[in-house]
Amino acid sequence: MSEIVVTHVPHKRNIPFGQEAAGALSIIALGAIGYFLYPDDLAFLTRLIGIAFLVLSLDLVTGYCGVATLGHAAQFGVGAYAAGIACVRGITDPVALLAVGVFAGTIMGLISGALITRFRGLPQLVLSIAVGQLVAALANKLSWLTGGSDGLSGITPGKVFGIFSFDMYSRTAFLFSLGVLVIVFVLLQRFVRSPFGLMCRGIKDDDLRARMIGVSIYPRLVLMYGVAGAVAGVGGALTAISTGVVGLDSVSFERSAEVLVMLVLGGAGHLWGALAGTIIFMIFEHIVAAANPFHWMTLVGLLLILIVVFAPRGLIEPMLSLTSRLRRKGSAA
Amino acid sequence: MRTIFSIMTDAVAYGMVLFIISIGLSIMMGLMRVVNLAHGAFAMIGGYLASYAIRDLHVHYSVAILMAVIGTIIVSIPFEILLYRRIYRKSDPLIQVLMTIGITFFIIGIVNFIFGPSLKSIPLPQTLSGPLDIGFRMLPTHRIFVIACGVITALALWLLIEKTEFGIKLRASVDHSGMADALGIRTEIIYAVTFALAIGLGAFGGVVGAEILPIEPFYALRYMVTFLVVVSVGGAGSILGALSASLLLGLADTTGKYLAPEFGDFFFYLSVIFIVFLFPHGLFGRSHA
Amino acid sequence: MSDLLEARGVSRSFGGLQVTCDVNFKLAAGDRVALIGPNGAGKTTLVNLITGDIVPSGGQFFMGGDEITNLSIPDRVRRGLVRTFQTTRLFANLTVADNVALAIMQRKRITRRFFSRSTELPEVRAEWSEILSHLGLDHLAYRRVVELAYGQQRLIELAIGLALHPKVLLLDEPAAGVPHDEAPKILDAINRLPADIAVLMIEHDMDLVFKFAKRVLVLAAGRLIFEGSPDAVTADHEVRRAYLGSYADARRAT
Repeated sequence: MSEIVVTHVPHKRNIPFGQEAAGALSIIALGAIGYFLYPDDLAFLTRLIGIAFLVLSLDLVTGYCGVATLGHAAQFGVGAYAAGIACVRGITDPVALLAVGVFAGTIMGLISGALITRFRGLPQLVLSIAVGQLVAALANKLSWLTGGSDGLSGITPGKVFGIFSFDMYSRTAFLFSLGVLVIVFVLLQRFVRSPFGLMCRGIKDDDLRARMIGVSIYPRLVLMYGVAGAVAGVGGALTAISTGVVGLDSVSFERSAEVLVMLVLGGAGHLWGALAGTIIFMIFEHIVAAANPFHWMTLVGLLLILIVVFAPRGLIEPMLSLTSRLRRKGSAA
Repeated sequence: MRTIFSIMTDAVAYGMVLFIISIGLSIMMGLMRVVNLAHGAFAMIGGYLASYAIRDLHVHYSVAILMAVIGTIIVSIPFEILLYRRIYRKSDPLIQVLMTIGITFFIIGIVNFIFGPSLKSIPLPQTLSGPLDIGFRMLPTHRIFVIACGVITALALWLLIEKTEFGIKLRASVDHSGMADALGIRTEIIYAVTFALAIGLGAFGGVVGAEILPIEPFYALRYMVTFLVVVSVGGAGSILGALSASLLLGLADTTGKYLAPEFGDFFFYLSVIFIVFLFPHGLFGRSHA
Repeated sequence: MSDLLEARGVSRSFGGLQVTCDVNFKLAAGDRVALIGPNGAGKTTLVNLITGDIVPSGGQFFMGGDEITNLSIPDRVRRGLVRTFQTTRLFANLTVADNVALAIMQRKRITRRFFSRSTELPEVRAEWSEILSHLGLDHLAYRRVVELAYGQQRLIELAIGLALHPKVLLLDEPAAGVPHDEAPKILDAINRLPADIAVLMIEHDMDLVFKFAKRVLVLAAGRLIFEGSPDAVTADHEVRRAYLGSYADARRAT
């Protein structure tokens, strides 16, 4: 439009792959703390990592696209059952089982997305629950395939890369899961800042505005659900491989509600929020729920109410604004 | 023929229980636009209170119903003032979902802490427990009682909304909340009264429906979806919609259990997905653009 | 050549209420047209009909000779039919640069990239920094939209409109709610829009209309009752009665 090209806006200081490296190193550091300080709790920590994938997956649709869902465990459960069934039927290579989980999760994500993201508000919520419950009903009734209410057991995966076999202390399972988490997390960090990821955040902010710049919203949200399904499928497959069983709890309504709590606790719309929420919630649950499940429910309920009233953006937002304030102060000085 | 008749009676009774409980949720959603996932939790409180009143205080069934309804409304008042008021009409659905799920978990935990985590029976009085001879056939009296309660509730609500001053204000607030404010209608009072009405109906349904939907520790979670589905299929805020949706779902669920007990849930949710996807605002609902 | 945008006999009713009634107009390249009318005349409904937000009950729209009546909102935007909003509708939690970059990336069809950079892609960055400098917003590039003043947000609406390279730009009350001293900035930005696009501005403020428009359309009770130069508008008896009458009433009332 104007003849002179003016570029006054200074470039943001940016180290190439700086965020990705920081993300990977932080997760490895956290993993090292768990591995060396709590060697007896590695089975629990492996389970935690599996759930973290589901919370990250939920973050993609809820935190980045604004979809309210209470049926997200379906993506996780389908991945877990697919990997478990494949393993029982003879595919034992852990990496191949992961691929099976990713594939099943993606398909499930695309189907769910096609149903759930068509509408907003109440119909969206009810469809998300109904899809989740439909999967749960299938998992329960197709017992010849899934083991029904007894759960699917007898999952004995082979050695990772043909070298490391799964041990009773869960060392291999933990390190394998941690490694996959690092890879997936780094990929997601790129993904949420990509043009596609940014557009999804735009749709969450104002979908009419998005349509008015020429975006067809529905196909994008379905695609995002597919990606979320893949991430949840990784978590499901890892959990199936490392625990050796897949139960109905992995597709339950309670699981869907719990991961929503974890996400909101940490902070929806931030990948670190999803991780932080998972860690805090799971450790808290590990300690309290063992004592009395009803006290645990009271506490979770109270926690949720307090979050919504006092910190609707989760615990990570105050921390982020604190660091940015510190940074601004530092650059001013 | 005999089975068809008893299936129908069961289905209608089940549908009426769904209606009595869900209509409060539907009205709240139509007026305050709140997706109250904790509605079943209040119905559960009603059930626990009635069970306590009959078994420990030895009062009559009718007194127990009254105590349960009033008690539940009293319990719900702090929730309304401190929490629900924040989310009327404005917040995005996610905030509503989170807060009301939080309330549900909280209530489940507290109720089970006070009353103990076991199935609570609500013993029926002599007059309601036996079979009733309706001339050509014997029917369980309780089923007839539930159906009558449902019909009376529907009629009373219809009269309240169509024929009273409160009803006029209520409809004005549903259609144009800004206009209602301008006309000097105190919407917060309308909201508070509607909330109490909705919770009271939930508790009433919880008590009279306890033979069909048993009062147990996870009642609030178990039937949360069912109540939501009634509202979603019927359309928020519509009495006729909620009534037809309840009867439809009652029929589908009951016949499904008779015909294909293995896959009851599966077909239930499949048809829900089908209906909601085709009629996102419900069979009788209007879109709130 | 054919007109950029044409409305032929467009009507729309809600319930029994006729909100838009047999509206006909044409916009050609370089047109600067204002659409005015009293409150409740159906101006916003007409804009929503043009953008495809609501479907007409009768009549057709054409762009460059092709019928667009049944195209979706995104399809119309891709053909160069772009609007701004009366109350700002921006991606409030994103930065100013992200807002404009999204429009650019959407136009360039690169929002299906999953792992590349976005706002900082060189070809994207060059464009948004030029648009922001052009509108005097460059110092705000990395601020989140919610943190900005209302007048600045209105300019971002324009920036997004520009980034989409419109053929037809609908400006829905671009200066509404802007503090008086900032209004000239917005008019200035509007006057510097690319000369070859057609601009249709919906506006209440007659000062702004006179400074901007070469042609004025007057809408009253859903009908176009007048079309002509700004000077002719004030002289026309029917317009005075329908529009300026109520306008004057409104002035007297306040």
